[in-house]
Amino acid sequence: MMNSRTVELWVGLFVVAGFAALFMLAMQVSNLSTYSNQEGYEIEARFEDASGLKVRSPVTMAGVTLGRVTKITFDGQSFQAIVTMKIEEQYNKLPAGTSANIYTAGLLGEKYVGLLPGSAANPCEEEKLQAELEGRKPDLEGLDCKPQHLAQGSKIKLTQGSLVLEKLIAQFVSSFMDSKDKESSDSK
Amino acid sequence: MNLDSVRKLGQSGLDFFQRLGRGNILFINILMGIPALLPRFGLLIQQIYSVGVLSLVIIFVSGLFVGMVLGLQGYNTLVKFGAEESLGVVVALSLVRELGPVVTALLFAGRAGSALTAEIGLMKATEQLSAMEMMAVDPVRRVLAPRFLAGFISMPLLAAIFSSVGVLGGYFVGVGLLGVDEGAYWSQMQANVEYEDDILNGVIKSVVFGVVCTWIAVFEGYDAVPTSEGVSRATTRTVVHSALAVLGLDFILTALMFGET
Repeated sequence: MMNSRTVELWVGLFVVAGFAALFMLAMQVSNLSTYSNQEGYEIEARFEDASGLKVRSPVTMAGVTLGRVTKITFDGQSFQAIVTMKIEEQYNKLPAGTSANIYTAGLLGEKYVGLLPGSAANPCEEEKLQAELEGRKPDLEGLDCKPQHLAQGSKIKLTQGSLVLEKLIAQFVSSFMDSKDKESSDSK
Repeated sequence: MNLDSVRKLGQSGLDFFQRLGRGNILFINILMGIPALLPRFGLLIQQIYSVGVLSLVIIFVSGLFVGMVLGLQGYNTLVKFGAEESLGVVVALSLVRELGPVVTALLFAGRAGSALTAEIGLMKATEQLSAMEMMAVDPVRRVLAPRFLAGFISMPLLAAIFSSVGVLGGYFVGVGLLGVDEGAYWSQMQANVEYEDDILNGVIKSVVFGVVCTWIAVFEGYDAVPTSEGVSRATTRTVVHSALAVLGLDFILTALMFGET
């Protein structure tokens, strides 16, 4: 028989491993927790409809996952969904005009946020454009001429929420009915 | 001639009920013996080592491979529907609800239950148990109760290890080999696996299986005919009866837990 100290050590390790497994099942496999471990910055977007989007859903640009959804809350004032996303630190040069859409992966797949790059326009360039239109010299005094990037706490302004299948069908049916009505009234 | 076969039928029926009764009395005696174990914690530790720790390797390896096979099979089916993102849900739910507790219990009966029966049966065959009684040591408390308690404690832990290793195995195959999105694997899993409905019910199942398997093992050993043939038959019965009891109880428990949804 083994030394009783060794036996006790093994039993202790076994019990610890068992509870660690239970803990992992609870935290990692089930919906008990939502944690993230990567370095990054958080951006925010408001959607009219965020149905199907989940915490930890991927955030992609050009099909590459750049980050994860970390929080989804409801804004009682504007009745919109506020989706907070964490983007990995290495992708810190996303233009400020980036827009966010909620797409579906595959026919039955889960929802994800797709980012579309927009212009990195800054107040400086806006002023130049404005001046050109008005035919005057641009006044760049005190304006930031560096390109604007998304950073911690940035808000994405252009968004498009999830497309709900029922809504699409309803739209399609109503437009179909409209065109039918039109046809029948035309033939009279 | 005919009367004789009827008599044999009656005899085997009576035998069955006698064994059932002896089993239940033994179960109650073991339960009564558990409080006396607290001051002698070392006995329990020793048994958890031989029942739980020594089963770790087989549980770990089987869990890994079951998870990997689930990942592979689940992927092949799901990809036809373009739903391979749901692989995590398939792997986790089948492991946590069914395969974790059931396969662990079957392996546990084969690995630890048979060993318990053989050990206790041999103790009986070599009259060690009688010798204990002669020395006014109750063998139920000294030998059976710690083994039973060890099985009761080890089984849920082993099942939890099996399930989580299986989920990791599915992850290695699904995400590592087949290219399912890592975030979809975990996020779909987290979105669809409920803590109370799935994980706690899985734990309850494994506790029940642990009790039944160790009970059968301990009883078969204690009730074995004290010859080498008797011990070998008792060991066989342990494995067969444990497997049947686990599968039958699993159906009942599943019907109770997940039936009315």
